Amino acid sequence: MNTLSYLEEEAIYIIREVVGQFDKPVLLFSGGKDSIVLLHLCQKAFLPAKIPFPLLHIDTGHNFPETISLRDELVKRYQVQLHVGSVQESIDKGKVVEEKGKYASRNSLQTTTLLETIEELKFDACMGGARRDEEKARAKERIFSVRDDFGQWNEKLQRPELFDILNGQIHSGENVRVFPISNWTELDVWEYIRHEKLEIPSIYFAHQREVFNRDGQLMPCSNFIVHKPEDAFEESVRFRTVGDMSCTAAVPSKALDLDTVIDEIRGSSISERGARMDDKRSEAAMEERKKVGYF
Amino acid sequence: MEILRITTAGSVDDGKSTLIGRLLYETQSLKIDQVETIEAKSKSLGYDYIDFSLATDGLLTEREQGITIDVSHLYFSTPKRRFIVADAPGHVEYTRNMVTGASNVEVAIILLDARKGVMAQTKRHLYITQLLGIKHLIFTINKMDLIDYDQEQFDSIVEAIKALVNQYDWEPQLSFIPVSALKGDNVIVKSNNMPWYEGNDLLSLIESLTLTEDNALDGFLQVQHVIRPKTEEFHDYRGFAGKVKSGVFSQGDEIEIFPSGQKSIVNSIEKYGTAKNKVVAGENATLLLEDEIDASRGNAIVKTNHNLKIDKKVKTKICWMQSTDLNPNSKYWLQQGVHKSLVKINQIESKMDWEAWKSVPTDCLTMNDIGAVDLQLAQPLMFAPYSDNKSLGAFILIDTQTNNTSGVGFIL
Repeated sequence: MNTLSYLEEEAIYIIREVVGQFDKPVLLFSGGKDSIVLLHLCQKAFLPAKIPFPLLHIDTGHNFPETISLRDELVKRYQVQLHVGSVQESIDKGKVVEEKGKYASRNSLQTTTLLETIEELKFDACMGGARRDEEKARAKERIFSVRDDFGQWNEKLQRPELFDILNGQIHSGENVRVFPISNWTELDVWEYIRHEKLEIPSIYFAHQREVFNRDGQLMPCSNFIVHKPEDAFEESVRFRTVGDMSCTAAVPSKALDLDTVIDEIRGSSISERGARMDDKRSEAAMEERKKVGYF
Repeated sequence: MEILRITTAGSVDDGKSTLIGRLLYETQSLKIDQVETIEAKSKSLGYDYIDFSLATDGLLTEREQGITIDVSHLYFSTPKRRFIVADAPGHVEYTRNMVTGASNVEVAIILLDARKGVMAQTKRHLYITQLLGIKHLIFTINKMDLIDYDQEQFDSIVEAIKALVNQYDWEPQLSFIPVSALKGDNVIVKSNNMPWYEGNDLLSLIESLTLTEDNALDGFLQVQHVIRPKTEEFHDYRGFAGKVKSGVFSQGDEIEIFPSGQKSIVNSIEKYGTAKNKVVAGENATLLLEDEIDASRGNAIVKTNHNLKIDKKVKTKICWMQSTDLNPNSKYWLQQGVHKSLVKINQIESKMDWEAWKSVPTDCLTMNDIGAVDLQLAQPLMFAPYSDNKSLGAFILIDTQTNNTSGVGFIL
């Protein structure tokens, strides 16, 4: 079996386990390439029936408009229900406080909104597109990752996962984060997108954009980031990951289609999350966020 | 391109993380920003070399203590093959992690320190790989640079390992490589320091190992989910979706449902909505049957000519994985694939005494023990001995109080 078939079989087996073992699963959908791949796998898992669970988007309010328009288009195309948890609402209600200063981002605020939405809508399993190759704390993550009443990840009390046997038994109030594409790499995701001819937001391809240089990273100019107007300049760039606009840096690129993007990634000497400011805050930024409920 | 899954085992300080770090680095799987982070961290810790273990030890506590606690998953590829590495820590107390790491792999790389040779840990690693029936074992004798690349010492370690393997009724494919993970000898390229060594370097070896698939086993599919679209177009559609755990299914096959015993014929096979003539072990499939038959999640669809066993009593080997002991008076959930049944413990016969290196009678298993246990199930189980059929002979035990995965079992 070749790599992509192997990974597809594994992911669909996991998705079917989620539907078999949980009462109220949901797919965490950011509109990024990984969640688009996951949505497509979910559809394949249940054909010719429809996807038997809804999507949940945690909206930071700092989105790339291209991502949101494709999200709404895909919701129609795949005939799924979409829930949106709004970080802006959490801020308005005073549940979280907007960060201040040059590096302000809503990335970590997402966690509160996510946990509240899970509790409110009583989801017991949340599937996400996180991969183990992204980051060293994620390399330790399970496929079924149990979170306690507070949404916390306890890295020392993880359930061992043996063979393909997935244990999703939980107490009421707990929930499980599920990562069907755990074993995929960035390149696998791109090759799968090409193989399955999936549509992804246009910002993944090279385009002219106003950016400014911050600590060696090309940040997109937007209303969400403070910078000196004279620092802005136009550059041909693309994004390797799509997160909150305030924490996602662009990379210089001329790649206009999937073939050239894949060539670029093959030849790249920088890691995918090397352009994510949210990971750069400290050496264990991801681990610390995961412990309080980030996915 | 094929995927090869590997687990690694070694004692503390055998240089395992260094070896893996080097494989990642030399195959360009570690990127510049990651290497820079590791370099800076190595420097701040006062090392005069790049400590690649910092790349694989993902948790804060691991980096602080300089040890690997939990199984870590790492990925690298070459133009010839894709590799998934389950890096399991080698400490005495972490047997359960090695069993976990070894449960999903075709190959185990076992590290030894050339200065120390076979240690108690090596014996335990061998016991575990044997228990899990791993077919390819690669022994990397590390730190050859510290014994002046001495062939005699290497040869005597090889002989000692072969003698250990011969104790078992088990014939894995064995390879032995003298390496220095730190200096890079025989890791990615053949070393000039050991002209006496005629074999492959580690990377060439794992690139070229041949994998065999056994499709001759009994056709067996466990139902994960019944697909019923309930739309006009697919009004009577009733597809039994699940993974083919072993063997092959083709259109027209005579099948029976376990446990109901109802018989039918495979009318058609679909995979993700597309018709197929045949599906093999490891593939997800949707089977549509000729008769209207009731089967639900956890039930098995099995070819009528099978040789599988059905029983409520099973003899097993169990590796215990949680801090509270295996309690002979408790009930547990047994999960075999996606099928679950309540079990009680009939008898704990014996366990492996790692010090005396023999099986000793016991009435209790504590964490990291591996012992012989007789189980009594609430419902009959369809199974095969693990040594004949890994998919149908393995199970986990789930604690009914905590819901934790408390042990893994292998049916004898």
